[in-house]
Amino acid sequence: MAYEWDFAIVLENLPVLLRGLGVMLQLWLSALAFGLAAGFVIALGRMAAAAPLRLLARCYVELFRNTPALIQLIWFYYAFPIVIGVQLTPFAAAVIGLSLNTSAYAAEIFRGGMQAVPRGQWEGASALGMTHAAVLRRVVLPQVLRLMLPAFTNRAIELAKTTSLASVLAVQELMYQGRLLSATYYRPMEILTTVALIYFMVIWPGSLLSAWLERRLARHG
Amino acid sequence: MADIVLETRGLCKRFGPIEVLRGIDLQVRAGERIAIIGGSGSGKSTLLRCLNFMETPSEGEVLLDGVPIGAPRRHRDGRVTTAYSPAALCRVRQRVGMVFQQFNLFPHMTVIENVMEGLRTVKRLPRAEARGKALAQLHRVGLAEKLDAYPARLSGGQQQRVAIARALAMEPEVMLFDEPTSSLDPELVGEVLRSIRTLAEDGTTMLLVTHELGFAFHVATRVIFLADGVFHETGTPDAVLRHPQRERTRAFLASHAEFTF
Ligand SMILES: Nc1ncnc2c1ncn2[C@@H]1O[C@H](COP(=O)(O)OP(=O)(O)O)[C@@H](O)[C@H]1O
Ligand SMILES: [Mg+2]
Repeated sequence: MAYEWDFAIVLENLPVLLRGLGVMLQLWLSALAFGLAAGFVIALGRMAAAAPLRLLARCYVELFRNTPALIQLIWFYYAFPIVIGVQLTPFAAAVIGLSLNTSAYAAEIFRGGMQAVPRGQWEGASALGMTHAAVLRRVVLPQVLRLMLPAFTNRAIELAKTTSLASVLAVQELMYQGRLLSATYYRPMEILTTVALIYFMVIWPGSLLSAWLERRLARHG
Repeated sequence: MADIVLETRGLCKRFGPIEVLRGIDLQVRAGERIAIIGGSGSGKSTLLRCLNFMETPSEGEVLLDGVPIGAPRRHRDGRVTTAYSPAALCRVRQRVGMVFQQFNLFPHMTVIENVMEGLRTVKRLPRAEARGKALAQLHRVGLAEKLDAYPARLSGGQQQRVAIARALAMEPEVMLFDEPTSSLDPELVGEVLRSIRTLAEDGTTMLLVTHELGFAFHVATRVIFLADGVFHETGTPDAVLRHPQRERTRAFLASHAEFTF
C-alpha cells in the first residue's frame, strides 16, 4: 500500500512551525548564554580555595549531570514554584532548567581548560601584582578559550536538541507545534518529518562548525 | 648604612610535616645583593617565594620598609597568626619583583606585550607610557629588536631576559631571582648573567638563588649558605666562599668543584 504524501498541510502551517522555531531559538540562545555564564562561576567554585565551596560546586555539577534533563525541566515547572512560592511561566521554567543543565557541563569544560594552564602562568602573572581576576582574564582564559571552543560548540548542539523537551511543559517551541499539528491533522508523517528537517537545518551547520574547529585546532595545536 | 628595605623575623615555612624554613631572620638593605646558596631541597626557593608570598609563611613576619605585611589575627586559643588579604599581597608583589627558573612568560603575548602587561593591567598606565617604560627595560637587557616576537621564537636566554625586563618594568624595590640560569643551555647562561650584572651595577637591590658561585662571588655583597632551614653561614663573598668557617659549607663548596673565581 502506497502512502499518499500531502505536504499541502505542511505548507499551510509553515508559519506556525516557523513561530515554533523562533521560540526554540530563543530558548536555545538564552539557555546557552545563561548556562555559559553560570558554568564559569561554578567552575571557579570547583577550584576555590575554600573546601566547602568546592564541595558545593561539585554536588551541583554531579546532580545536573546524573539526572535526566527531562526531570530537571519538569521539576523546575512543577516543584520549584512550591519552593519559591511563585508560579513560573513554562518558558521561564524551561530556560532555568536548560540553563542550569548546561551550566553543569560548561563548568567542567571551563575547569578542564583552566587547569590545563601550567601553574607557572599563574605565578608569572601574580608575581607582577595581578589580581586573581586579572590573571584569569588576561593570562589564563585567552590561552584556553580557543582549546575549549570545540567542547562548547558540542555542548551548544546538545542543548539545541534538548530544547525539544520543553514541549512537555507546553512551551510553544518547534517540537510542541509539531506535535500539536500532527494531532490536529492526523498527518504525523509529513509534519514530524518537516520538524526533524528544520531541526537538522538549524543544528547541522553547528556540527560542521564544531568539526571544522576541531580539525583546525588539531593542525595548529 | 642604608635603610632596611625588606626584612623577615622568625620566618618559618612548613609543608605538612616537613619544616623547610625554621626561623629565618633576614635584613636586606637598599642596594644589597644577596646570593643564597645551598643544596637542592634546602629551601632556597621557598625562602624567596615567601618574600613575595608565592608561598604563605607558616609563622613569622615579613616587613617591607619596616611595615609588617598582613594583619595579626588572634585566635580563641591565644595563638596569633597573620592574615594576608589578596589586595595587600598584590601591592607587595608590585614592590618585590620575581624572576623564575622557568621564565613563565605569557606565550600568547609578544615580547613587548609581556613587558607591558603589568604596567597596563596592574599599574593602569596609558598605552604609550607603558610602551615607553617597557622599551627602556628591553633595551637594558639587550632585546630591543625582538619586540614583536612571541616567546616560543626566542632562545631560553632571550626568554629569561624578557622575564627580567618584565619584572623590572614594574620598578620594584627588590628583585628576587630564583635560579635564573638553571634551565638554560650552558652557552646561554652568560647573556643572562650579564643582564643581571648590569642591574647590579645600577644599584638594584636583589636576592639571587644561584649555583653560579663564581658569579655570586663577583656580584654579591653578601652570601648566605642555607642548610636545614636556617642560615648556616653568612658573610661577604670572600668570607663564605673562600674562607668558610663551617664544615657543612666547605663540603657544599667542595661539591661545586668546577667553581673558580
Ligand atoms: N608546594 C610544596 N609542597 C610540598 N613540599 C614542598 C613544596 N615546595 C617545596 N617543597 C619541599 O620543600 C623543600 C624545599 O624546597 P625548595 O625551596 O624548592 O628547595 P630548593 O629551592 O633549595 O631546591 C623540598 O623538600 C621540597 O620538596
Ligand atoms: Mg629551587
